Amino acid sequence: MSSTARASRPVRPARSPMAPPRSFLWTRRVFLTLLCGFVLLPVYVMVSSSLKPLQDVSGAFRWVPSGLTIRPYIDIWSTVPLARYFVNSLVVAGSATLCSVVIAVFAAYAVSRYSFRGKRVFTLTVLSTQMFPGILFLLPLFLLYVNIGNATGVALFGSRGGLILTYLTFSLPFSIWMLIGYFDSVPRDLDEAALVDGCGPLGALLRVVVPAAVPGIVAVAVYAFMTAWGEVLFASVMTNDETRTLAVGLQGYSTLNDVYWNQIMAASLVVSVPVVAGFLLLQRYLVTGLTAGAVK
Amino acid sequence: MTTTAPPAHPRPVPEHSPGAARGPRRPGRIRRIGLPYLLLLPALLLELLVHLVPMVIGITMSFKELTQFYIRQWGTAPWSGTDNYRLAVDFHGAVGEALLHSFLVTVVFTLLSVSLCWLIGTAAAIAMQDSFRGRGLLRTVFLVPYALPVYAAVITWAFMFQHDNGLVNHVLHDQLHLTDKPSFWLIGDNSFYALLTVSVWKGWPFAFLIVMAGLQNIPRELYEAAALDGAGMWQQIRRITLPSLRPVNQVLVLVLFLWTFNDFNTPYVLFGKSAPAAADLISIHIYQSSFVTWNFGTGSAMSVLLLLFLLVVTGAYLLLTSRGRRTADV
Repeated sequence: MSSTARASRPVRPARSPMAPPRSFLWTRRVFLTLLCGFVLLPVYVMVSSSLKPLQDVSGAFRWVPSGLTIRPYIDIWSTVPLARYFVNSLVVAGSATLCSVVIAVFAAYAVSRYSFRGKRVFTLTVLSTQMFPGILFLLPLFLLYVNIGNATGVALFGSRGGLILTYLTFSLPFSIWMLIGYFDSVPRDLDEAALVDGCGPLGALLRVVVPAAVPGIVAVAVYAFMTAWGEVLFASVMTNDETRTLAVGLQGYSTLNDVYWNQIMAASLVVSVPVVAGFLLLQRYLVTGLTAGAVK
Repeated sequence: MTTTAPPAHPRPVPEHSPGAARGPRRPGRIRRIGLPYLLLLPALLLELLVHLVPMVIGITMSFKELTQFYIRQWGTAPWSGTDNYRLAVDFHGAVGEALLHSFLVTVVFTLLSVSLCWLIGTAAAIAMQDSFRGRGLLRTVFLVPYALPVYAAVITWAFMFQHDNGLVNHVLHDQLHLTDKPSFWLIGDNSFYALLTVSVWKGWPFAFLIVMAGLQNIPRELYEAAALDGAGMWQQIRRITLPSLRPVNQVLVLVLFLWTFNDFNTPYVLFGKSAPAAADLISIHIYQSSFVTWNFGTGSAMSVLLLLFLLVVTGAYLLLTSRGRRTADV
C-alpha cells in the first residue's frame, strides 16, 4: 500500500495493519471499475450527445459522434428563455438557502443549548415532517397561497416568493436536525466561557458556536441549495411563464414535432455545472458535516 | 425575520467590578427564559405555515366533495363524510383497485431500491476504507449522481431508455443481440426496471456517504486486535465492520426508505404526468388522481392514508430498532 500517500494526506489511518489478501484486492478492483462505469455512463451520454448535430441524436445511438458541433450550446438560449429560468432558479435557490441556514442555525442552537418546555414536541415535529410526502402539501399549499393572496394582496402563488417560502421549509427539517447534532459536538465549555466573558447568548452563538460548526453549516447550505435547485413538483405547479425555474424549463425543448435531444443534453449539462462544481468543492465539508450531524 | 442582536449585547462588561457582571443578570435571566422560543420563532412560524396548516387543510379536504368546480372556493365544497376514504379503500371499485396496485408497486419498488442502494453503498464504502491510489478521485466520481440535479440526470436516463435512439437498446439489441427486437423501456412492464435502475443510480451515493462517515468512527484498535488474532480481511469485515455499522444503518435505511417511498421527481421526469401501470408509484398516482382527473377530495384521502401508513411503519421501525438499547439521540 502507498504509505507515502498516507503520510502526505493524513485524512484517516488505513483500516487494516495487514496487507489485504489478493482475493479482496481483485474483488475490489472489478467492483469499483464496474461501479465507476455505471455512474459515469449517463455523464458520458450527456456530454457526448450535447456535442452532436440533431440528425445524430435522432437516429440510432452512436458511441462516437459523427461530427462535433457546439451549435446546441448556442441554440439552447434561444429555443427557450433559458437565461431567465437560470436567474429564477438562482434567486429562488439562493434565497431559500440563505434563509434556511440562518433560521436553522438559531433553531438548532436553541435546541442544543437550552432546555425548555415543548422541546421534545418541536424536535419530533421537525423530524416527522421529513417523512411526509411532498404531494401531501401541494394542493393545500396552493389553496393557502391563493387564499392569502386574495385576502392580503400578497401574491404568493406563481411568484418567486411563494416558491422560496416552500423550498426553505423543505430543507429546514433536515438542516435543523443535522445542526443540532453538530452543535452538540461543539463543547459547551466554549460558549459558556464566552458568556462568562460578557458575550450575550447571541454573541456566543455567532462568535463561538457558529465558527466552530462551519463544516456543518456549509453542509446544510449545500444540501438546501441542491434541494431547491433540483425540485420539480412544486416548481411545475406553482410557477408561471415569468417565474419558471430550470426544473420545468427544460421541458420546453421537446415540441410536438421534434425532441431536441442534443439541446436537452447541453442544457442539462449547463444547469448541472453550478451545483456539481459547488458540491465537489464543498464535499469535504459535507462528509464532515454528516459525520458529526447525522451519524454519531 | 433574522433576529438582530439587541443593542444591549455588544456592551463591553467592565471587568474591574464584580457588581457589574452581576448587575444585568436579572433582566438577563428573563430574557433567557424567552430566548429559546425567540430563536425558534422563525422556524416555528414557517413550519406552521408550510407544513402544519396545509396538513390540516389537506385532512379537511379529504372529507369534502372537492372537484374542480369548488377549487377556488374550497371552503364551500359540500361535506362528504368518509365517502372519499370509502372510495379509496374499496378494492373492488376502480379507484381502490388502482390505488392498491400502485401501493403494492411502490412497496416492492422501495424495498428493492433501498436494498440495492444500501448494498452498493456499503460495499463501495468498505472497498474504499483503505487508502489506495486514486481513492480521492474515485470518491468524487461516486458523488456525481448525488450532486447532479434530479431533472438533468433523470432526463438523461430518459434519453438513454428511448426506443429508437437510446443507448440501452443500442447496447442490448444492436451490439449484444440479447433481444429479438428493441424493447420499450418507458412504457409497459419494463418501465419498472427502468425506474429501479435510475432510482438506484441516484440513491446509492447517499448510502455510500453515510456509511463512509460511519466507518470513520470504528476504532483502528479493533482491527489491529482482530489481525493479531489471525482474522483475515473478509472476517474482519463480517465481524467488526458490519456490526459496528448497525446504528448508522438504522438511520440510513429509514431515511432511504422514506425518500424512495415519497419520491416524485424521478418518475415524473422519467414518465411524465401519468406513469405506466408497472411503475405507477404512489406519489405520481395521487398527483394524477388530483391534478389530471381533478378529484382533489379523493386525492387528499389517499394522501392521508399514505401518511398514516408511513407513520405506522416509521413508528414500528423505531420501536424495533431501539429495543434493547437506548438510542439517546434521534
